[in-house]
Amino acid sequence: MTVLLRTDGIKKAYGGVQALNGATISVEEGTVAGLIGPNGSGKTTLFNVITGYERPDEGQVYFGDKPITNHAPDKVFAAGIGRTFQLTRIFPRLTVIENMLIAAQAKDRPRGVLSWFGKDAWTHHRKHAMDLLEFVGIEGHANVLSGSLSYGQRKLLEMAYVLVADPQVILLDEPAGGVNPTLINHISDRIRQLNSQGKTFLIVEHNMEFVMGLCGNITVLESGAVAASGPPDIIRTDKRVLDAYLGADLEEDANDQPE
Amino acid sequence: MSEQLNESSRLDQALKGGGLLALIVIAIAFPQVFTNPAVTNYGVFAMIYVAVVSAWNIFSGNSGYISLGQAVFYGSGAYAMGIAARDWHMTGTTVFALLPLCGAVGAAIAVPLGLVALRVRRHTFIVITIAFFFIFQLMAFNLQSFTGGSSGLASPFLTWPAATYNTPFYYIALAYAAGTIAIAWLIRRSRFGLQLRAIRDDEDRARGLGVKAMRVKLSAFVISGAITAMVGAVWFFYINQVEPQTGFDPLFDLTIVLMAFLGGYGSIGGAVLGALIIEPLTLWLNSQPQLGGGSLNEILLGAVFLIVVLFVPRGIIPTGSEWITKLRTRGRPAVIPATTMGTPAAAESGTATSVTSGGAR
Repeated sequence: MTVLLRTDGIKKAYGGVQALNGATISVEEGTVAGLIGPNGSGKTTLFNVITGYERPDEGQVYFGDKPITNHAPDKVFAAGIGRTFQLTRIFPRLTVIENMLIAAQAKDRPRGVLSWFGKDAWTHHRKHAMDLLEFVGIEGHANVLSGSLSYGQRKLLEMAYVLVADPQVILLDEPAGGVNPTLINHISDRIRQLNSQGKTFLIVEHNMEFVMGLCGNITVLESGAVAASGPPDIIRTDKRVLDAYLGADLEEDANDQPE
Repeated sequence: MSEQLNESSRLDQALKGGGLLALIVIAIAFPQVFTNPAVTNYGVFAMIYVAVVSAWNIFSGNSGYISLGQAVFYGSGAYAMGIAARDWHMTGTTVFALLPLCGAVGAAIAVPLGLVALRVRRHTFIVITIAFFFIFQLMAFNLQSFTGGSSGLASPFLTWPAATYNTPFYYIALAYAAGTIAIAWLIRRSRFGLQLRAIRDDEDRARGLGVKAMRVKLSAFVISGAITAMVGAVWFFYINQVEPQTGFDPLFDLTIVLMAFLGGYGSIGGAVLGALIIEPLTLWLNSQPQLGGGSLNEILLGAVFLIVVLFVPRGIIPTGSEWITKLRTRGRPAVIPATTMGTPAAAESGTATSVTSGGAR
């Protein structure tokens, strides 16, 4: 398998706090990778560095073979890396379908100033956008202001509008955070389905059941550096990981696992 | 269910179309029915303000960047017409041919101003637009050979009969008002308008999704500035003179913002309604010396501002349409959730009213 997304020795400090301290991770094409770690271990900062929202002090980000370090967020998005945010960042006073259309134009080639004013510039995206809303299950809300959606629905909308630009890699920041169990299952189903269609995922998540059930490979960050990396079964039983992050519950779970 | 919905939306559309047609007929017939120049004067000013508030709304209403420097364009348009007519010795109705030039001057001023001011957001943006306003007023006072200094400029005189003098100005102002509303409507339903509103909600996120934020904001600022400058020139030709304190008037900015907020910030109809309420009221108060004239007017404007902030913070049109929706649905949810997946929080998270205001972070 080829590595699709890779960071190499990323360092990032905020004042005296070293948020990332040489974080090196890689995500193979067509996999669902997990990124876990205690609060403040640098997961979201690493997402921000990859997607251009933050500049690293040191280190490189590669998408395929191409270095994309310090590329602006829109360039990273247009190149094929979509992301969602821990606290969803939708456009609350636009309708759900309008949110989708904003994201849809990322891959449009510029067609001159006058094309901005035409309504047609959007319509060819509308069908695709509606299909994706149906895929995540919120098509009935297409013409509702997105600010009136529930938190879980906002998560789904954000996922849908990242998908509308058809990225190769999707970075999800706590997709299950603050979401009810039924919806969590729905979200993981959708991720599996997209993955089977060839999409690559990198997921930050605190819900261990969700991560362990979904991800083929898990990287553990601690104090801004990689503490461990491997398949879920190995991570579950890794002593350092258990000490640093997972705590006793999972240790017991791991011991209860049938041999 | 869907047939009922279709029927009611067809009825809605028919009502809206009929209402629009009635408004157009009333607007066109107004100076023919009310021929008294004192009344048509109200009409001219009302149309001027409908145009400038709609122009303000194209930029500020959509993008969330509140400009308090629109008088820069209004005054510059007036001065551009005055200076060009003076230096090129233009007289009579040919002066109207300068209107596109005045628009170009407004646009040319908006580009550098926008490039500087649009780098900052929210309160800082407002402060910078106010600073630009004072710079332009000071220039009008001090560049005497160019602007006529504190005595200002007079426009070429039109030898039209006094009884019907206002009528052509009314129709020109009406054309600008209608044209601006049409542009605002086209922008609202276009890709460009959607990008502006995305910037209002979350500029950084919009940029992250490939919206060329600076280009989009600047274009709206330029369109708004060009229209305001042309309307400023019409105003100048109508009242025959411009001075630094009338062309670059701080009350002008406060008034258009008040009009927009009263009618409904960001709403096309709201801008029109706000202008149609406030401007005739202001003119009437100014014409009543027994009520204290101008000073009472300013007190009243301040009072209206307070009432708007306290009781209809979102403006008449959005609040009104919310009431209508409530009446129609009579307590039922306006939108029936199509999915059962939503958490119970869906109901609690409320309607659009719970959405916080303010655009750029």
